[in-house]
Amino acid sequence: MDLIRIRNVKKVYKNGVTAIYDMNLDIQKGDFVFIIGATGCGKSTLIKMLYREEKPTSGKIIVGGIDVAKLRNGKVYKLRRKIGVVFQDFKLLPRATVYENVAFALEVFGLTKAEIHSKVIKVLDLVGLKNKIKNYPNQLSGGEQQRVAIARAIVNGPKLLICDEPTGNLDENTSMEIMNVLEEINKLGTTIIMVTHDKEIVKKMKKRVILLDAGRILKDYEKGTYKDESI
Amino acid sequence: MKVFRILGRNIRDSFKNVFRNFSLSIASISCIVITLIVVSISIVLTYNVNNFASLVEKDVTIVVFLKNDITDLEIDEVEDKINSLSNIDSYVFKDKMEITSDMMESSEVYKSIMGNWKEDENPLRDTFQVKVTDIKLIDDVADKIKQFDNVEVVKYGEEMVKQLITVFEVVKNISIAIVIALMVVTAFLISNTIKITIHSRKREIEIMRLVGASNLNIKIPFIFEGLLLGALGSVIPIIITIYGYTALYGHFNGQLFSPFIKLVPATPFVYYLSLILLCIGILVGMFGSWRAVRKHLKI
Ligand SMILES: Nc1ncnc2c1ncn2[C@@H]1O[C@H](COP(=O)(O)OP(=O)(O)OP(=O)(O)O)[C@@H](O)[C@H]1O
Ligand SMILES: [Mg+2]
Repeated sequence: MDLIRIRNVKKVYKNGVTAIYDMNLDIQKGDFVFIIGATGCGKSTLIKMLYREEKPTSGKIIVGGIDVAKLRNGKVYKLRRKIGVVFQDFKLLPRATVYENVAFALEVFGLTKAEIHSKVIKVLDLVGLKNKIKNYPNQLSGGEQQRVAIARAIVNGPKLLICDEPTGNLDENTSMEIMNVLEEINKLGTTIIMVTHDKEIVKKMKKRVILLDAGRILKDYEKGTYKDESI
Repeated sequence: MKVFRILGRNIRDSFKNVFRNFSLSIASISCIVITLIVVSISIVLTYNVNNFASLVEKDVTIVVFLKNDITDLEIDEVEDKINSLSNIDSYVFKDKMEITSDMMESSEVYKSIMGNWKEDENPLRDTFQVKVTDIKLIDDVADKIKQFDNVEVVKYGEEMVKQLITVFEVVKNISIAIVIALMVVTAFLISNTIKITIHSRKREIEIMRLVGASNLNIKIPFIFEGLLLGALGSVIPIIITIYGYTALYGHFNGQLFSPFIKLVPATPFVYYLSLILLCIGILVGMFGSWRAVRKHLKI
């Protein structure tokens, strides 16, 4: 079943730059998809439209049954609750501990302390940070910080996890650790879309790969068929 | 339950914000304190002046002096005519003997002089003492009575009454203007404080949006913060009002300069006033934060 359906989507920014041209794309539930391409080709724009940070100029985007383009501003939170997002720069709260950073995503829903505690401990265990819950972000390595961000993104149990260059600031080994965590999460049923520049990772993971070029899909590699064609 | 937990979290957050931007919060709170003290003084003034004015107005009497040789029949005629006027609250007839004995009772000096007067030597006049319903139209009534037959003079301290009424109006209007101006300034200051909180919490707001907090959920802590600033700012003015006015009232024994000017009793007046101050503080605070949220928290 399609979790994401993109039809004839075009995105023109206010300054006149066209970031996406007439795009069509389907992504199935449970998939793991890489989005790659040169700088400025529209990767971030594409995923921003999925979590409604940007609105498509024309066309249709359905995410988990929600018509994203038609979603009113006041209702965007309903979409966001189904989606977790992870960025290159982690976006952690510097003055909150690991535990508090993850719990933050649950507190806005009015869960009890006990409910929050059990969920937070469970995801921190999943990303391998159970022994660092009292640390502050500046007491963690980059890889560990990114794992906190991932834990925060999935603590809500979203259907879709979107990652924009999550390994962009990390070395090779740490990047692979993060990929293992994402793989784990994907196996538990969460659909993952990941934007990356790292071809080594893409090659090793053997997933579906969508190659963008100047706002268009240049190639859509089936699972495991990606080869580095050095574009 | 969920709603209460979310609300509880919001309140906790706004407390945190107040203390996080402590110097700014202090500035806003000080401004509210000053505003509310002025508001309190204005209300005390206006209310007392109003109270005093209505007492004065109740006391203002048109004294109708009748001619010396008037007959009982003619007195009845005058009475009928007064009766037929509109805007009359009440009237009494006082003959000269009655007035004489009233005056003699009020002072020893009068007593020694008047005690010797014989019935036909009494220089006083029989009078009607008339009270009107609407003090502003007292001129009309007096003018009409002047036209009556057998009426000699009509007196009611007209200049003094008019001046008092104008002074009261001016005092009232000036204090209302000052209060409004101060409230506007305070609201702007609070709005600015909240704006800075919003900017200092940009990342938190961004993450809240990302993880699916509803707009209301994001906005409420800031509105609460304004409310809190307002409420905190009203504490000192309330204390000053309660103790200050009670002390003032006690010191002057409930009257200013002469028994003629009566103060409004301290209780329950000060408690109503405190409630009003708290409400104004909260409303101004919430208005300020609402404005900041609307302008700087575009969602
Ligand atoms: N908010 C914006 N306003 C105007 N133009 C924008 C905006 N965001 C992106 N663009 C433009 O849209 C195009 C696509 O940008 P986008 O960020 O999607 O690229 P990207 O593929 O993510 O690049 P990178 O790999 O460097 O992150 C670029 O030409 C960029 O300048
Ligand atoms: Mg990008």
